[in-house]
Amino acid sequence: MSEHDASQEVLRLQGLRKSYNVGKPTEVEVLHGLDLRLQRRDFAALVGASGSGKSTLLNLIGLLDRPTAGELFLLAEPTRSMDDARRTELRGSTIGFVFQFHHLIQAFTTLENVLMPLMVATGKPTREQIDRARGLLAQVGLEGLEQRKPDQLSGGQQQRVAVARALITHPALLLADEPTGNLDSKSATEVFQLFRNFNREFGCAVLLVTHDSRMSEQCDRIIMLVDGNIESDKALG
Amino acid sequence: MWIEWTIATKFLHEGKVQSTLILVGIAVGVAVIVFLTALITGLQGNIINRTLGTQAHIKVQPTEERNRILPPAAGSVQLVLEDKRAQRLRSINNWQQVRDVLDTLPRVTAVSPVISGPAFARRGAALQSVVLVGIDAPRYQRIIPIQNDIVAGVFRIGAGDAVIGKQLATDLGLRAGDKLRLDGGQQRESVVNVAGIFELGVRELDSRYVYLEMKQVQSLLNLPGAATIIDITVDDIFDAQAIAARITRLTGLKAESWMETNAQLMNALRSQSLSTQMISAFVALSVALGIASVLSVSVVQRTREIGILRAMGTTRQQMLRVFLVQGALFGLAGSLLGGLAGYGLVGAFNTFGPKLFYIPVNPWLLVAATGLAMVTGILSAAVPARRAAALDPVEAIRHV
Repeated sequence: MSEHDASQEVLRLQGLRKSYNVGKPTEVEVLHGLDLRLQRRDFAALVGASGSGKSTLLNLIGLLDRPTAGELFLLAEPTRSMDDARRTELRGSTIGFVFQFHHLIQAFTTLENVLMPLMVATGKPTREQIDRARGLLAQVGLEGLEQRKPDQLSGGQQQRVAVARALITHPALLLADEPTGNLDSKSATEVFQLFRNFNREFGCAVLLVTHDSRMSEQCDRIIMLVDGNIESDKALG
Repeated sequence: MWIEWTIATKFLHEGKVQSTLILVGIAVGVAVIVFLTALITGLQGNIINRTLGTQAHIKVQPTEERNRILPPAAGSVQLVLEDKRAQRLRSINNWQQVRDVLDTLPRVTAVSPVISGPAFARRGAALQSVVLVGIDAPRYQRIIPIQNDIVAGVFRIGAGDAVIGKQLATDLGLRAGDKLRLDGGQQRESVVNVAGIFELGVRELDSRYVYLEMKQVQSLLNLPGAATIIDITVDDIFDAQAIAARITRLTGLKAESWMETNAQLMNALRSQSLSTQMISAFVALSVALGIASVLSVSVVQRTREIGILRAMGTTRQQMLRVFLVQGALFGLAGSLLGGLAGYGLVGAFNTFGPKLFYIPVNPWLLVAATGLAMVTGILSAAVPARRAAALDPVEAIRHV
């Protein structure tokens, strides 16, 4: 199971369901039994109208939330019955997040923000880890801004820091929730290109939630969610 | 622990205004506790020193004499109308041996046998009732350093020399070097030379005590070779009661500690200590509530950041510790500041205050205050820390 094995399965959903307010009169099912596979080299867009369950699905895949029924395999490991500590560990080591609002931590510098996933897992960063973080920042075009605080950067720069942070752990899966939704089109294109490059370079699967059809059309695969069901799942190009 | 420490300190640093305000709050609280504790400790130490400066910590005396009544013959009933015995002045049996035993007792710092009894002092037509105190001077000075309170003449006992109180000297018009006639009753009289005059500041002692050599008092009281009291000091005055009880068990004699003799004073001191502790406890409580409320606000303010940290693999335990560390740091820094401020107040009091008494500065008080404040900080951070740890990352991230 090498990191660059293109056919390696990263994610598999089996009859995944999610309901809110379980057991109450207001119980509502948001996801109605989804089946889905993502491979190492996949670069997929998740599209759908608002309220279709995109964010819910992303939270489930990111192990931030638990499904009501069905199973979610991450690197072939079933996750539904994992305890919180194990889920946190798996989340930290295999998933990179990029949110719509950059979500950097103001109290830390750019470099520290990028190192954060490593620091919470193993403590004080090593020389080698710091070098890797600097390298990633250089790759996203932020060389020389390592000691800036997030509020001293532009929106596009902040989002690029978030991308570097998501990649510092060499995650098997990169989840991005409208990562360009808050950016001007030039910055949006740059950030999208970064995802492209890292997908190719590190072989990490990318799942991108987006409203922007220009963006989704540049992906290899479009998964369309309608009212909590996968309406279509087609490969492009 | 490194990452928890780093996040905690960065958060504190980022919320500078909040951190500073609560630090000042904690510092004021700790300063009040430190100053109040030092003040009351100093005041009590002063009162106790003054009280014990003129008396022994423990007095060993012969047991009281009781009537011995024969038990009634079996099968008969006895009605007894009993008068208490008059307690005549008696010597402690084998007081030399008792003294030697007490000398070897741990925690006893000085032992001084004394013979003491009533007499009249006469000069011309003036007559005063006095207490003759026959002492072994070197031993007695370790109990009451009377040589420090001599106001006229010198402290010299023996060979017909006596040291008397200032009030008695005034009443009888005596100066150092004058003669004084002592009457022990039943024609036992002697004339002594007033070698020195002392002033202890306790009227009863200054107007009644006549210090003499033991032998002279023994002959004046017609108790040859006797000692009626053994005075004792101990290393910790608050253990006097326990040590007195031990001496009673050991010797069968009556041993009375200064705490029993000064029950009223002890009661006052205890009430004072209790009220100090109450005030300290309430100040500490309000400091704890202050820390808890600041951290609670901080958890709400940082909801989103907590969510991000959780999404990036921070565990619940780590999140919990981040806020506990903040509480501990508040306690530590606040108490250091407050401790210094408290000591500043003590110094100001000693320098510019009414100067009725001196407040000693005990470095352990600062250590104790710091330790307690840290524990308080951690405890008061517990509730907000648990809330931070329990935050649902999904909700937290959505929180903008």
